[in-house]
Amino acid sequence: MNAARDLPKVVAGLAIVALALLPTAGLPAFYDSFVYLVFFWVSLSTSWALLSGFAGYFSLGHAAFFGVGMYTTATLTTKAGVPFLLTIPAAAALSALLGVGVGAVVFRLRRLRGELFALLTLAVTFVIGTIILNTPIDGGGGVFMSAVPLPHLMPTPTGTIYILGFAICVLTLVTAWWVAHSRLGMGLFAIHDDEDVAEAKGVPTFRYKLLAFALSAGIAGAVGGIHAMYVGFLTVAGTFELTVPLYVVLMSVLGGSRHWLGPAVGATAITTLLYAFISGGEAMIGRAIVGLILIVAILWLPDGVIPAIQHWAKKRRPQPAKAQAEVVPVVPATVRPIGERHILEVRAVTKRFGGLQALAGVDLDVREGEIFGLVGPNGSGKTTLINVISGHYPLSSGTVAVDGVSIGSLAAHEIARRGVARTYQIPRPFANMSVLDNVALAATFGGPVRAQREIRDEARHWIGFTGLGSKEEALPAELNLHERKFLELARALAAKPKLLLLDEVLSGLNPAEIDNAIRLVRAIRGQGATIVFVEHLMRAVVELSDRIAVLNEGKLFALGAPRDVMRDPRVVSIYLGKAYAA
Amino acid sequence: MPSATLLGQALISGVLAGGMYGLLALGLSLSWGLLRLVNLSHFALAFLAAYLTYELGTTYHVAPWWSAAMVVPAMFLIGLAQHWLFDRFKVNELASLLITFSFAVILEVAIQLYWTADYRRFETPYSTLSIKAGPFYIPVLELTLCLVAGVLAWGTWQWLRKTYVGKALRASAEDADIAAAYGVDYRKLAYLISGMGAAYAGIAGTFIALIATLAPAQIWTWLGVVFAVVIIGRLGNPLGALAAGMLVGASESIAMAVLSPAWAPVVSFSMLIAILLWDPEWL
Repeated sequence: MNAARDLPKVVAGLAIVALALLPTAGLPAFYDSFVYLVFFWVSLSTSWALLSGFAGYFSLGHAAFFGVGMYTTATLTTKAGVPFLLTIPAAAALSALLGVGVGAVVFRLRRLRGELFALLTLAVTFVIGTIILNTPIDGGGGVFMSAVPLPHLMPTPTGTIYILGFAICVLTLVTAWWVAHSRLGMGLFAIHDDEDVAEAKGVPTFRYKLLAFALSAGIAGAVGGIHAMYVGFLTVAGTFELTVPLYVVLMSVLGGSRHWLGPAVGATAITTLLYAFISGGEAMIGRAIVGLILIVAILWLPDGVIPAIQHWAKKRRPQPAKAQAEVVPVVPATVRPIGERHILEVRAVTKRFGGLQALAGVDLDVREGEIFGLVGPNGSGKTTLINVISGHYPLSSGTVAVDGVSIGSLAAHEIARRGVARTYQIPRPFANMSVLDNVALAATFGGPVRAQREIRDEARHWIGFTGLGSKEEALPAELNLHERKFLELARALAAKPKLLLLDEVLSGLNPAEIDNAIRLVRAIRGQGATIVFVEHLMRAVVELSDRIAVLNEGKLFALGAPRDVMRDPRVVSIYLGKAYAA
Repeated sequence: MPSATLLGQALISGVLAGGMYGLLALGLSLSWGLLRLVNLSHFALAFLAAYLTYELGTTYHVAPWWSAAMVVPAMFLIGLAQHWLFDRFKVNELASLLITFSFAVILEVAIQLYWTADYRRFETPYSTLSIKAGPFYIPVLELTLCLVAGVLAWGTWQWLRKTYVGKALRASAEDADIAAAYGVDYRKLAYLISGMGAAYAGIAGTFIALIATLAPAQIWTWLGVVFAVVIIGRLGNPLGALAAGMLVGASESIAMAVLSPAWAPVVSFSMLIAILLWDPEWL
């Protein structure tokens, strides 16, 4: 029994019981009403953070989902006579549907930038508000809820609304906790840091964003359904207004929008503060002070209160000397023979960017277990070929097959799941994740489904394998270029790829680091992966490759054993000009 | 269906009202497009300028153009001060949005504490002047506003296109590091743009004082439409901002005449959504 670890659970349990029993305590209705408002803002800001904090898509449209929930309940109860409690799931479902609908359109936009997403969602709010205003749903006069019967869950009506608000608040926090600790949350955090890389590591980014949007909007809808009863009289101007999304953003950012509990902390603090000023008759001053707090918080605590506390606690606590993962000897036990089977087949692949023909019909076969070098002058299409195989760019025409299965039309994350991993020429680690989390993400989404514990062990193994054993808890910003390149390798390896695409892993390294990297690439092949690598450094190409292909102007120019190809006068001429080829 | 005269009048008033959208969008478009800072306090600054013009005009009987000569440079200085904060803390786009929102709230509170929440109207002899052109009436104040907006937009556009400073700014917006390597002092230019943006808010504020009825909460009324205008007109493009403003103004006005006034908000936002989904090359 670990008392220190169980303490938070005990406190949380006691708090839940105490808060649930508050309406029976016979306190003035004022208290129920105030604490309800805290629950309301905690739920709303936490639901906002599920998409906007975790995945980094800042929405200013939370009022739309909340408002749709309010009007769903209002319409169903007043016009169709549906019992109040039954309308709440309907409100949640309708809002979630709206979220998925908006997401399905917006997330397909080619150049969706953060601030465009924010404004699009804001625009959706105003459009929906105007439609509701001009149709019989509201009709311009507002909707009265006073005639709607309230179930007797608690002795008083305010107590009943209180307990519903409390239930949705607990449910929201549990959802947020669960998402943050699940595969979904891991994917969303990766999307926040670098969506392209997340997709390439096997995260189904589009589906995850839609899922997060549905959860976020659905909870907001349910909260709105309950709030309709609390407010009693709905108007479009009071519902679809700008202050709802802005307060939600403010609360989440203040508390820390990437942490599941952050928005709750921010919402509690700001609601209490505003209420204190309103009850003191100084509502305007309260608003100004909240504004001031937000400015100070963003300038000095840009990540929010909870991350700042975590950071401070981590610094204070002396790091226990951890047993480091064993560094695997970087020498393969046996060199596997190169098979006759083709692991990668590229047929007549073309890629066009507007008027530029980057790949003009490339055919290549890569055999299982070989190290295949891809060289050529700048602009010859090497990196484009890697990007096309990994699914980063769609093909213009042609086919690509891995292990006999055509992957040309698949999304990048599906290609990653089929055992294709890649590295980036300029390392692109997930900036807010530790080295361990970076590698664990690649293992989670690249490899087969297995327990997190097993994944962590594997990740530690690959971190040790690439010599980063002492940096597990470091953030990528704390690594030098050499270490970041090796982090790229560790992430690629953790996915247990059949085919590994390396894009200039050696560029920018010093000679000793290059020798180290060459040994590592050999060791990776020893693990059973086939490697295609793009490289400018000829010493490494000749030393490592079983075969090399030369690309020039988007076409395959030469193919064969390294020494033969590099002596080919035609190859020398495209690198150095005709005069040297003679 | 309303008559042709009514539609024509609606179109004229719409384009003229759109001039205000364009004028407000101008400063926003500059700071968003060239500095990557989203300034929500732009509207609050415009209203602060409007209230100052109102105060100078009603209490001290200062003519609007003399008020503008005082208020606009003051706004320029406020813009510089704001940018000092952004520069000092290396504020990014999203943080700038939240910080300037807070500024706007604080300014709103300050305005309400000084001028109260009551509606204020600055009565001038110009507010009822209008030119009659055939069957149509053209209000003089709105026409002046459009001319001023046109001159500002065209001048700024030429300045960005033709002068060294303008080119340096556009280069920095594309890639600040590379531009700096070619000797562009981006930081100084950024101060200039921030000051200009706020000064444009000041000019817009002078016209708001003359045309509109003032109340602190009005700060937020134009926010959505003007942001739509900024995006439709393409970030950092002054002429685009004005043209988009007039387009949106005209569309809203026609929608009000044909459907009902309550449908107006749908117009600008539907246009924004449509244009973002269409995603043309020039955006």
